[in-house]
Amino acid sequence: MAHGPAKGIGRWLRATNHKDIGTMYLWFSFTMFLLGGFFAMVIRAELFEPGMQIVKPEFFNQMTTMHGLIMVFGAIMPVFVGLANWMIPMMIGAPDMALPRLNNLSFWILPFGFSLLASTLFMPGGGPNFGWTFYAPLSTTYAPPTVNFFIFGIHIIGASSIMGSINIIATILNLRAPGMTLMKMPLFVWTWLITAFLLIAVMPVLAGAVTMMLMDINFGTSFFNAAGGGDPVLFQHVFWFFGHPEVYIIIIPAFGVISAIIPTFSRKPLFGYSSMVYATAAIAFLSFIVWAHHMFTVGMPLAGELYFMYATMLIAVPTGVKVFNWITTMFRGAITYETPMLFAIAFVILFTIGGFTGLMLAIAPADIQYQDSYFVVAHFHYVMVAGALFSSTAAVYYWIPKWTGRMYNEAMGKVHFWVSFVAFNVTFFPQHFLGLAGMPRRYADYSLQFADWNMVSSIGAFAYGASQLLFLYNVIATIVAGRKISDPKVWEGAEGLEWTVPTPAPYHTFSTPPAFK
Amino acid sequence: MVSKAKRLVTGGIGALALLPLIHAIAAEPAAQPEGWNLLNMPKGVTSVSQNVYDIHMVVIWICVWIGVAVFGVMFYSMFAHRKSRGHQPANFHESTKVELAWTIIPALILIVMAFPATKSLKHLYDTSEADLDIKITGSQWKWRYDYLGKDVGFMSQLATSQASIYGTAPKTEFYLEEVTEPLVIPVGKKVRLLMTATDVIHSWWVPDLAVKRDAIPGFVNETWARVDKPGIYRGRCAELCGKDHAFMPIVVNAVPEAEFNTWLAKKQSEAVALRALTEKTFTRDELMTKGEAVFAHTCAGCHGATGEGIPGVFPALKGSKIALGPVAGHLNIVVNGKSGTAMQAFGAQLSEVDLAAVITYERNAWGNKSEDNIVQPVDVFKVKKGQ
Amino acid sequence: MASESSYYVPENSWIPVLTATSLGSMALGAGLFVQGKTPLILLAGVTLLACVLFTWFSTVIGENMRGMTNAQVKRSFTMAMGWFIFSEVMFFAAFFGALFYVRVLAVPWLGGEGEKAMTNSLLWQGFSAQWPVMQTPDQVLGGTKFVGPHENMGFPGWGKVLEWLPLWNTILLLTSSWTVHIAHHAMKHGNRTRFNVFLAITVALGLAFVAVQYREYHEAYTTMGLTLKSGIYGTTFFMLTGFHGFHVCLGAFMLSIQLLRGLKGHFKPDDQFGFEASSWYWHFVDVVWLGLFIFVYVLG
Repeated sequence: MAHGPAKGIGRWLRATNHKDIGTMYLWFSFTMFLLGGFFAMVIRAELFEPGMQIVKPEFFNQMTTMHGLIMVFGAIMPVFVGLANWMIPMMIGAPDMALPRLNNLSFWILPFGFSLLASTLFMPGGGPNFGWTFYAPLSTTYAPPTVNFFIFGIHIIGASSIMGSINIIATILNLRAPGMTLMKMPLFVWTWLITAFLLIAVMPVLAGAVTMMLMDINFGTSFFNAAGGGDPVLFQHVFWFFGHPEVYIIIIPAFGVISAIIPTFSRKPLFGYSSMVYATAAIAFLSFIVWAHHMFTVGMPLAGELYFMYATMLIAVPTGVKVFNWITTMFRGAITYETPMLFAIAFVILFTIGGFTGLMLAIAPADIQYQDSYFVVAHFHYVMVAGALFSSTAAVYYWIPKWTGRMYNEAMGKVHFWVSFVAFNVTFFPQHFLGLAGMPRRYADYSLQFADWNMVSSIGAFAYGASQLLFLYNVIATIVAGRKISDPKVWEGAEGLEWTVPTPAPYHTFSTPPAFK
Repeated sequence: MVSKAKRLVTGGIGALALLPLIHAIAAEPAAQPEGWNLLNMPKGVTSVSQNVYDIHMVVIWICVWIGVAVFGVMFYSMFAHRKSRGHQPANFHESTKVELAWTIIPALILIVMAFPATKSLKHLYDTSEADLDIKITGSQWKWRYDYLGKDVGFMSQLATSQASIYGTAPKTEFYLEEVTEPLVIPVGKKVRLLMTATDVIHSWWVPDLAVKRDAIPGFVNETWARVDKPGIYRGRCAELCGKDHAFMPIVVNAVPEAEFNTWLAKKQSEAVALRALTEKTFTRDELMTKGEAVFAHTCAGCHGATGEGIPGVFPALKGSKIALGPVAGHLNIVVNGKSGTAMQAFGAQLSEVDLAAVITYERNAWGNKSEDNIVQPVDVFKVKKGQ
Repeated sequence: MASESSYYVPENSWIPVLTATSLGSMALGAGLFVQGKTPLILLAGVTLLACVLFTWFSTVIGENMRGMTNAQVKRSFTMAMGWFIFSEVMFFAAFFGALFYVRVLAVPWLGGEGEKAMTNSLLWQGFSAQWPVMQTPDQVLGGTKFVGPHENMGFPGWGKVLEWLPLWNTILLLTSSWTVHIAHHAMKHGNRTRFNVFLAITVALGLAFVAVQYREYHEAYTTMGLTLKSGIYGTTFFMLTGFHGFHVCLGAFMLSIQLLRGLKGHFKPDDQFGFEASSWYWHFVDVVWLGLFIFVYVLG
């Protein structure tokens, strides 16, 4: 245990160290983020003005689909797994993850899965073109033949998530330092415990959904075909039973990150720790019983529609509690504005706006107008980009000094923040207007009244894309040549076990459990 | 353009600065909002749409005021409790009373919001006592409207030319919002809309009517609309349905009842005349001219303007076995479609005359010259009946 | 070496990345295979997977026998197995959910009941909702894509109850759950012979179950006209029982490995995790069967 990392590529291929595996997750997710971002640039370039200029409609559909799939499964989910790998053992005083070899397997499935998925773009018939929600029968009877690779790709990616989550749960429940009771765990650990539970519960349901597709496509079953007694809408129920918890899987670890950063830079303990835990658990529970609010226009019976509307509205209560807690944490603190804090504050503002539009979407009669429009696109980018992505960016700035022993360039970080923040809003705020005025999502072309806001949105998107290259540069520059630091407590107001170990964090953090009060 | 957008958007960043923006949204919308004025949901022309609009505005305002309060506190601390101003941190970290309050108050607000929402939804779901039933069928990438019990039905599809889409011809006022034939409905009558589809899921959305309902293959969904104001209302397909999802618009023409009845009578007599035409024998040139037009808006979307198809996705017709082979096979695939593919059963969508024309065209155009290369409407009629 | 204070972190290993490689080639190979292309990549993937899993489990067993895994590590294994079984439960939940949805909502709608009454009169006139669906909507309109079965697997009446295969399967599987429990009990008390005997009986019962299931499928295809293509009833029937049958095979395989290990004398009264994990899996398979028996057979 006392030795350092192995030399060469073998260190990564054969890794069992949680920090090495965490690093691989983080770089993998950044690669996928750039790829998915490139697809987004293609989309926005085509939508820059009315008419088809750059791509054909069938390729446009492949771009929207792959953008969604890559961002959700390839960028955002792995970035939080990477953070979990790095931070959870350090936060709970564990020597490593509970099942280190399983951990490495979970990671290495991803490059295989996503290579398979991305390679379909170059195959005859093209890649998946049915949207990241892949509704049957567009994704079954009418899908390109490459859909089979998509299905098996999802299977192994899902297996990776399940194994990763099992590992995280075992680590948290079994490897905490003596004295660290559940209600003393950092909130990031709590949010990951809940997220891992959600993942184990719903990834198998996704596997079930794609298996049903596989059978309908290749073996003559009729799950989603009315002619045989099935129902296309059945697919949507199964998918969203997975899909709604899935969006919380994406956002709940972000809550944990923000709950670590805001107290640090407010120099004040997190307000309402236990209510944060209960609110997160409540959100997770509710996520299982609200799925059909994604389907208010499929023609559900009135009773179903009412039930899903009421249940969905309830989510606003625990979510509100979280926002109030963050703001009260800042209240009467001693606040400074380093880059992680800027991203965290932006998270609170923009996530709350996304929450407001979420509440609007919950109102079923009004959702008749919002459903499948750009309003929805704006809504989920406010929670996915400004929520999950901003918080993971904040997390990287916050913890990178601990990881590398080097300080990032603060000025460049601030520039990255302000460009991202402004460009994000320029991109996505106008999409609310477009959606309300009647522009549906996943449109390769649009009528003339939508032209102006689309152009604004595209310009914002290009700026947002460019600003991420600055982030990449800043991260590399930090690792290679950042100012060296050695204080274990990198940030003045930071609390927790991870700030008691040396900076940079040693290859093996705790060979004996630390004392925890 | 950009600077204005930035002004608007950066204006939206501060919570207080959100207010003027929302005021702009709430202002009475222009008749046909476009460009920078395009900000909000239309009030629309049905009781449902106005209802939905009111709920939408109430919820926006509730959100705005909560936002003002919450962000107000936040911006105050961000300013007043900065370390650089020498503010010393307090150390409080819980208060049961406050936490109960901010759990219960939002819950109460939600309960208040649920009442109008429930009422509105019930209204929206009440399809009883309709004056007219129209079956709306979505197919890749067009709509069919059947007036049930009136013996009238027709296809409605994009009228914008490919040249206009690909920039070789100018874009006109109703670019992507014009159709070959609009849905015509009488004003002041409750019209029940019965949605279904033949291939994938589509969704029939007209914002001014606040109607958006998925058209699901194999099932029939019901909704309704009573338009109070004559006019032309435009909408779109809202559910991703494949390649030309963006190119299957909807146009609804709401007319006074008398005008509607005249129109309906005209359509009925047209249908009779069309049936008579089925027995007529056409010349090759007549068929080719008509066939070219039918091909352009029905077939070219997949099989390409010159029958070249899309390799690996949609087969080429130029030099294809079916177009060069026996006429029976060609008739069969066009009339009955090919199950499990995007090739639809056009027998249900096109008239005998159109089918005969388009098949004749496919067998003669682009250098295709098959043996028996003319098809008459009566041949199509036999195939339709013969199954 | 194995104390609470030094958690065993394994050395670097090639096994995981090779496992990932095998899964990757299985995904690629399966994608090719279902399109009627070469099965070789799939087979290569499966072979590699079998090899690496064998190595992996051997390594872990070896580590355990050398005393490198302390109680805390074993707790991690226990938790992992428990959560893995939970994930399997959720996989079955998706298919049970599909069954309930079509029975309670979709099929009645197609038959003109409830909110979507017009579905029947406009699209599927003549189709009447019943479960099992013996005549598909397609058939009613003269189609041949989905042809319903002439017989179904439902309860055949008390007169024929003894010929009813699922009943026998229920008896077989419940008995096997009981025998595996006895084996567990025996090992806890250090009675190795009793352990080996009852574990062998369990495996045999599992194999008998698979044989009966095979016979049932054979009858379905040859005499009842019940296939994957016979509409939603065949679809749900074969998918639910098929995945269950696959899990029975997996469980029986796991238990037979444990039997071999038992014969080699691997287990101790206080150290028998491999066996315990397999037996939990077996109980899970049994519980799923009870769900199937009730919802697919008795109420079918």
